[in-house]
Amino acid sequence: MEYNTASPIYLQVMDAIKRDIVTGRIKPGEKLPSVRSLAVEYTINPNTVSRVYQELENERVCFTRRGMGTFVTEDTDRIAEIKEDMAQNLVQAFLEGSHLLGLTPEEAMQLLTNYMDTENKDSRTPARTT
Amino acid sequence: MLECRDITKHYGSKAAIDHVSLALEPGHIYALLGPNGSGKTTLMKMAVGLVKPNEGGFYYDNQPIDKDSRKAVSYMPTEAYFYDWMTAEDVGKYYSDFFEDFSMERYQYLLKQMELDPKKRTKALSSGMTAKLKVAVTMARKSRVYLLDEPLNGIDLLARDLIIRLVLEECAPDTALVISSHLVEELESVVDTAIFLKEGRVVLTGDTEKLRKEHGKSVVDLYREIYGHHEEAITC
Repeated sequence: MEYNTASPIYLQVMDAIKRDIVTGRIKPGEKLPSVRSLAVEYTINPNTVSRVYQELENERVCFTRRGMGTFVTEDTDRIAEIKEDMAQNLVQAFLEGSHLLGLTPEEAMQLLTNYMDTENKDSRTPARTT
Repeated sequence: MLECRDITKHYGSKAAIDHVSLALEPGHIYALLGPNGSGKTTLMKMAVGLVKPNEGGFYYDNQPIDKDSRKAVSYMPTEAYFYDWMTAEDVGKYYSDFFEDFSMERYQYLLKQMELDPKKRTKALSSGMTAKLKVAVTMARKSRVYLLDEPLNGIDLLARDLIIRLVLEECAPDTALVISSHLVEELESVVDTAIFLKEGRVVLTGDTEKLRKEHGKSVVDLYREIYGHHEEAITC
């Protein structure tokens, strides 16, 4: 994984794990790798991994079973909430970015609609062209 | 655990290390950073008793370091120091004769991971393979402190990735690991503490996440800032 070193690495790894959880690549209740394996997998410091697990636990994304390791929450409502939060963050980043360009939310919305229309047209088979 | 207090080393009139004090804690990975000639190697050599400081001393668990406590420190020099007639297997035997904490089992595992042939003579190894062998034999000791001098130098990206992966795999909560390098990019995500040496002095040290936060820039950019004034384009 490539890191943006201007922002904390533990946050980037947390996001990667949360994405895996909300997309179902990691299942509810599944055991997460040990600190050392995750450190190797993401090429990060083991202390960063501990921080990641601790913060994920604080956010109730994961929980620890003493002596057994860290597990993903079994609470599917919580997972839906996490997905919602992550989606909100995307929307917020999009709107903040367009605000910096001097666009109103309506103009930003219009841009998005136009973009989606072009994407849809592009992906359609060119069978109907005259 | 391992600590140096007010160390100074002169070579002639030049101070290679100038009043340096540092303390290593278990469970941390340190990057000892600085361009060539900043004192990284001298400092490591002093820690294992290969070079004597003019002033100051080294301590292990708060006691002045002696030949017994020094056993807890595993050091990998920059130079390839193997006899060229030795095979990787011989290097392992040689080490196990010298160091009682050397684990042959761990060494064989590391050789396998590094894809090194135990029967091959060291003179037939490429520089990348030699670098991997040095790391394997050093990490095969069950030490409390590992000092790796330039383990990533002069080798290709894949060998570097492999070395970093194995170092991460082998480090434990009760060990401290120091990696000296000027390849800062490679270490940015791996280390938790950075020590910047400049002309024999510690100019900045701290938790990398905190440094990034306080200075608003990556360790790589801090490196550029610290050493960039008199040396253009240092990063390779």
